[in-house]
Amino acid sequence: VPGAGQLRRDNRSTLRRTFSWHRLREEVIRGGLFCCALLSVMTTLAIIFVLFTEALFTIPPHTAFFQDVSVREFFLGAQWSPQYDPPHYGIAPLICGTFLITGISGLIGLPAGLLIAIYLSEYSSPRARSLCKPLLEILAGIPTIVYGYFGLSFVTPYVITPLFESLLGVPVQGFNAFSGGIVVGIMIIPMVASLSEDVLRAVPGSLREAGYALGATKFDVSAKIVVPSALSGVIASFLLALSRSIGETMAVAICSGNTPTLTLNPLVGIQTMTTFIVNVMQGEVVAGSTVEKSLYAVALVLFVITLGMNLVSQIILEKYREAYQ
Amino acid sequence: VSLHGQVYERRLIWRHRLGKLFGWLCRWTTILSLVVLAVLLFTIVRQAWGWLDWGFLTHSNSYKAQNAGIMPALWGSLWAVGLTALMAVPLGVGAAVYLEEYSKPTRLTKFIQLNISNLAGVPSIVYGILGFTVFIRMFGLRDRPEKFVASLGFADITFELPLGRVVLSGACTLTLLSLPVVIIAAQEALRSVPQSIRHAALALGATKWQTIRHQVLPAALPGILTGVILSMSRAIGETAPLAVLGVASQLSFAPGRITGPVDAIQHPVKMLQAPFDQFTVIPLQIYSWISDPKPAFEHVAAAGIVVLLVVLLTLNGTAIFIRQRFQKKIRW
Repeated sequence: VPGAGQLRRDNRSTLRRTFSWHRLREEVIRGGLFCCALLSVMTTLAIIFVLFTEALFTIPPHTAFFQDVSVREFFLGAQWSPQYDPPHYGIAPLICGTFLITGISGLIGLPAGLLIAIYLSEYSSPRARSLCKPLLEILAGIPTIVYGYFGLSFVTPYVITPLFESLLGVPVQGFNAFSGGIVVGIMIIPMVASLSEDVLRAVPGSLREAGYALGATKFDVSAKIVVPSALSGVIASFLLALSRSIGETMAVAICSGNTPTLTLNPLVGIQTMTTFIVNVMQGEVVAGSTVEKSLYAVALVLFVITLGMNLVSQIILEKYREAYQ
Repeated sequence: VSLHGQVYERRLIWRHRLGKLFGWLCRWTTILSLVVLAVLLFTIVRQAWGWLDWGFLTHSNSYKAQNAGIMPALWGSLWAVGLTALMAVPLGVGAAVYLEEYSKPTRLTKFIQLNISNLAGVPSIVYGILGFTVFIRMFGLRDRPEKFVASLGFADITFELPLGRVVLSGACTLTLLSLPVVIIAAQEALRSVPQSIRHAALALGATKWQTIRHQVLPAALPGILTGVILSMSRAIGETAPLAVLGVASQLSFAPGRITGPVDAIQHPVKMLQAPFDQFTVIPLQIYSWISDPKPAFEHVAAAGIVVLLVVLLTLNGTAIFIRQRFQKKIRW
């Protein structure tokens, strides 16, 4: 043992204080691993730094976005046309488009995901469950661009157009918010289902048995006991799913077009915050132009909204976890 | 029968009906979502039928739909994800080992943990913006890319600063994007290794690192590998961050101008040059086909999607295989 000789020489020194290459190696490894863990913090800081320097304030010769465009115009303006002359920088149409997509996807994805979660945790036989779960995982693993293609070549021509144009006589545009919302809704189903199922299954069986003992039906137990006692977890999964549909890009870019519109009509083309960024980046952007800086401002808004929702859902989940331990 | 009993009877029937209805609703929602999956796959396969052949895999893109191929994008995706795995796995597993094995529940640890969960929820496009600023604009420090030559003795590697739209920039962006997912998966795998294994190793006089290196990591390996493969298959499907980087969607060559495996063995230097070469990936190529106004490209896009899904299926199949095979061997 390398440390043994030194130990004999100096009895007063504790084992911890003696130098040995082994111990040094241990410390170096520990430090290296700590740096790996710290990298995530650095990433967050880098994101915040990049977004802030381009959007909020920067080193004097350059100007940041909010020094070129007033905060008032950005948040209260009703027109978004950075690439036209004169440019308008009112983010309202993009926010509106984003929430249209999120709203539609939430209306489809959240109830469907919750019902599937209830089915998997309360109703299904173990065999049906072991069959459904991998299939849902496949649904979760399909890239967003594939959903976009599905929306453009199936949902719009074979679902929305026959339903609204042929049946109800309402004109439908080739690119519309509805098809984007539907495919994003399908996309978040597996996420809601698996996250909610986890929290539903964590509800102790004794609560269910108590319900059955009092003569409750399966519906009563599921809807009035299991879901309410896992409510915080379910809400957390909803928030995570919604924040994902806010950040969704390619499916929306393909299905819903690129025209910033301040509208609540889901049958016309819209632009969301994410699709604006991708659309501008597809062309050449002049370095240092206000258009380029507007990307950072939009990304900052996007980042703040999703971060807020994620934080809230984290906090809810954390509280919930403590409740049943 | 009293009036009370009658009311109870009626309510009971109603409650049972409601319960049955709800059960049906739950079951049919599940079935419906699986039907949607089937319809999605069917639509794509039907559109791609007859367009997917050997020529599609070996040609590069063309303005004529009949001659269009996916070769540069296929190699570009494999290069990008290969490099991503090379960077994300050591960093991610290292971070997970620190958080699970070394860290004490201090405020800093808690902050790092919260930070990782939040990073996993940051929209991928924000990572794209980050990558764009760092690798393409380099914080505005350099206006024009400058060429550098790194002499390795046996070969010269040329690269530019800022890096530009090359494989390495894409891989770094994807690494930052997939790190949180890798860390969380690796943490779960490490957590599932029973404490007794660690205690046994430590009791025999092993150091902390020896315990981790020889006992904990091998035991957690199947779980870690599964998580890594799943996150890499997500990285393959990522489009938005690479589109924001401005990665080309049309190229006529694979990264490093490698024409095939034989060429790569004959000229290994090309392998070193490839990370600094331009590239495109399968999803971006598909996006450019979808955006093409010519209707025939709809079929080409579908064929590209089939290739993408086959690549993903292969990766996921490997993950499942590893999970099944190694989980049986370990019995605590």
